[in-house]
Amino acid sequence: MKLTFWGTRGSLPSPGPENARYGGNTACVEVRGADGAMLVLDAGTGIRRLSASLPDGLTRVDLLLTHLHMDHIQGLGFFAPLYQPGLEVHIWGPPSATHDLGTRLTRYYLSRPLFPVRLRDLPCQLTLHDVPSDEFEIAGFRITAALVCHPGPTVGYRISENGATVTYLPDQELALGAREFCPDAEWTSGYALAEGADLLIHDAQYTDEEYPERIGWGHSTFNHTLAFAAATDVKRLVTFHHDPAHSDQMLDRFVEQARRSSALPFLLVGGEEGATFQIHG
Amino acid sequence: MPQQDVELILMRQLASYLTTPIFLYGPDERLLFFNEAAEKLLGLPFDEADDMPPDQLAILFRTKTEAGKRMPAKDLPIVIALRERQPAHNAVRIRGIDGVWRTIEATCLPLMGQGGRSLGAVAFFWEKGQTA
Repeated sequence: MKLTFWGTRGSLPSPGPENARYGGNTACVEVRGADGAMLVLDAGTGIRRLSASLPDGLTRVDLLLTHLHMDHIQGLGFFAPLYQPGLEVHIWGPPSATHDLGTRLTRYYLSRPLFPVRLRDLPCQLTLHDVPSDEFEIAGFRITAALVCHPGPTVGYRISENGATVTYLPDQELALGAREFCPDAEWTSGYALAEGADLLIHDAQYTDEEYPERIGWGHSTFNHTLAFAAATDVKRLVTFHHDPAHSDQMLDRFVEQARRSSALPFLLVGGEEGATFQIHG
Repeated sequence: MPQQDVELILMRQLASYLTTPIFLYGPDERLLFFNEAAEKLLGLPFDEADDMPPDQLAILFRTKTEAGKRMPAKDLPIVIALRERQPAHNAVRIRGIDGVWRTIEATCLPLMGQGGRSLGAVAFFWEKGQTA
């Protein structure tokens, strides 16, 4: 599998010279399979640049949404495959307790006055899927989705192909309600999705100092994410969903401090826009 | 132990903050958690309760009807919530490990997840009175 990070920022697009390296675009990750099959994880603003890189002759794209917060769908209207007649586009995402994904997407974004083009007017061959709660398969990828701890219906994904596994948990609050966060296999959101993954992409939005003022907003601290990665025995951790106020300089410092403070049992990488990873089982 | 569904994780976290006594059962009728308020009611710490199914718990606490008659396991509100997936409410008498008989109101609700998944049930207790 090959991964390309097209957007790693959380909450709000945050362009600016201070964020040039980690990037200002919101969540979007491309996953390429061995035979060229393509998954797109989330439709944040990073998806616009991904669209520009798509090869000719593409016949099918599967877009997996974790949830419908704006930073994860704002780029959807700029996803070029939606406007290509005949191209097969499948969008997967969580339903709510009462509405399916299509109703939610129409209600919350792809409709007036928020966007001029309506979902039903898109010329591609569009299929919307409420993400299954059991393992499912797309073009050779085995995928497990599960609800995680974040406001509103939100899933994380575990994606495997040819013995390699990537886990994508861009938004989850590991420590919600915990007096002292200590990852426990039975009682930690996202544990089963992440366990033993070759690469974990995980929310690391806040510092320990910021978190007490933001409890319940659905995100994790850098240190909680490090503890989670160690407990789940992943090989690599890529931090993700960077706070809009965290500059390149600050994010570099978080990574360096973590590397210096303890012998991490995994490889720690700060998630930069444009970064690519080859994942082997 | 495999990870519990996030709905159960959140329910457990909520229960751990409330002073209302709460029991949480999994879909397999395994006792997953009871909070500190329930520990006080039962006189039993959660860590010593093991994976006790509801009918065993009823025997341990000698559960009776409010009128003092033996209560069959099938009539326990938590059993109804788990097996029939129906809400249930009843007043019952239990004898805690401390030997005190308590009359409690028990309100039990099945926990249903998206896609019709049965996640277990939650029981809320309210103590009405004590007798020696």
